[in-house]
Amino acid sequence: MNAYLSAHRASILWFAAMAHRLSGIGLAAFLPLHFLALGLALRGEAALEGFLRWSDMGVVKLAESGLVFLLVVHLLGGLRLLLVENFSWRSGQSKLAAGAAALAGLVAFLFLIRVL
Amino acid sequence: MAGTAHREPARPDLAVSIWRGDAGGAYADYRVPQRANQTVLDIVTFVQREIDPGLSYRFSCRVGMCGSCAMTVNGRPRWTCRTHVSKVAKNGRLTIGPLANLPVIKDLATDMAPFFQKWQAAKGVFSPSKTRHDAIEPIKPSSPERVAADAGVECINCGVCYAACDTVAWNADYLGPAALNRAWTLVNDVRDTGGKERLRAVSAAGGCHACHTHQSCQQHCPATLNPTASIAGLKRATVQAWLKGEIEP
Ligand code: SF4
Ligand code: SF4
Ligand code: FES
Repeated sequence: MNAYLSAHRASILWFAAMAHRLSGIGLAAFLPLHFLALGLALRGEAALEGFLRWSDMGVVKLAESGLVFLLVVHLLGGLRLLLVENFSWRSGQSKLAAGAAALAGLVAFLFLIRVL
Repeated sequence: MAGTAHREPARPDLAVSIWRGDAGGAYADYRVPQRANQTVLDIVTFVQREIDPGLSYRFSCRVGMCGSCAMTVNGRPRWTCRTHVSKVAKNGRLTIGPLANLPVIKDLATDMAPFFQKWQAAKGVFSPSKTRHDAIEPIKPSSPERVAADAGVECINCGVCYAACDTVAWNADYLGPAALNRAWTLVNDVRDTGGKERLRAVSAAGGCHACHTHQSCQQHCPATLNPTASIAGLKRATVQAWLKGEIEP
């Protein structure tokens, strides 16, 4: 019965809540890959070397900077929620959330420039 | 000006779609003449009086006091008696449906029972510490507790925030912004004795900790309340009570 209700979602803070969830899921999904890389280091130099060469590819670097974005946006979004839930109310939450997303984008972009 | 009949400039009719039937119903289309200073409630009333007397909807005060006229207007929950058509119509079109997140009885009338049941479940009822025979307790309006209670106390129970909240849509047990906002005003009411029981009720599953801090409730509340801030207050109060061992996790 929700088909006619949708315009209420067009808000920065609604997207902030969704971005926080999705970035959390994204980071959780990445963890196994992270452990795989660490595991390869245990198996020996050759295996790790192969993995590191694979991670040298442009598209993988792009994915990595996406990961950096998820990490920073999740971290800053989490800090904003801690602020809301543990201290007295502050207005301007939309600006804080937009700032967090912009900062995460900037950090991810700088990361990409450095690794490329 | 003497002798000049006041005539409104001719405007094209509004194209209005109104939900008809229960949850399995559909939108029906109407053409409604535009007038100056027309509200969305005026539109619905015109359709019922001039086109189809079978249309069901609710209103009472028409001045934003009673909270009974809330509907979904062009995708957003709104109080229709205080919503001007000129502000919300898009290219001369209006789509008016029942409030979301509540069972539809018929047309624009929803069953508000779940909304008020949750109000009860959140212990939104004042538990007095005095009887009518006691002297009236002086309360300082500037005390921090009273300031916090006052910030949320003007709720008109319209259900707009409840309809705008996706956590209500996704979690049938969620008490919702209005009930939790009410609980927060009572937590801050020094005359009330239901404190611990209330904190227990609002920290259970479906309580304040289920809130995602979207602030959709705040953005849509016609009384400009901030249920998100009230819920954040409940989150703090319940965690503090838990740390002190006053309530169980
Ligand atoms: S802030 Fe909480 S109560 Fe308000 S819309 Fe979001 S989930 Fe619902
Ligand atoms: S908090 Fe605001 S939107 Fe929600 S029921 Fe009360 S007046 Fe309506
Ligand atoms: S009719 Fe009373 S608030 Fe709209």
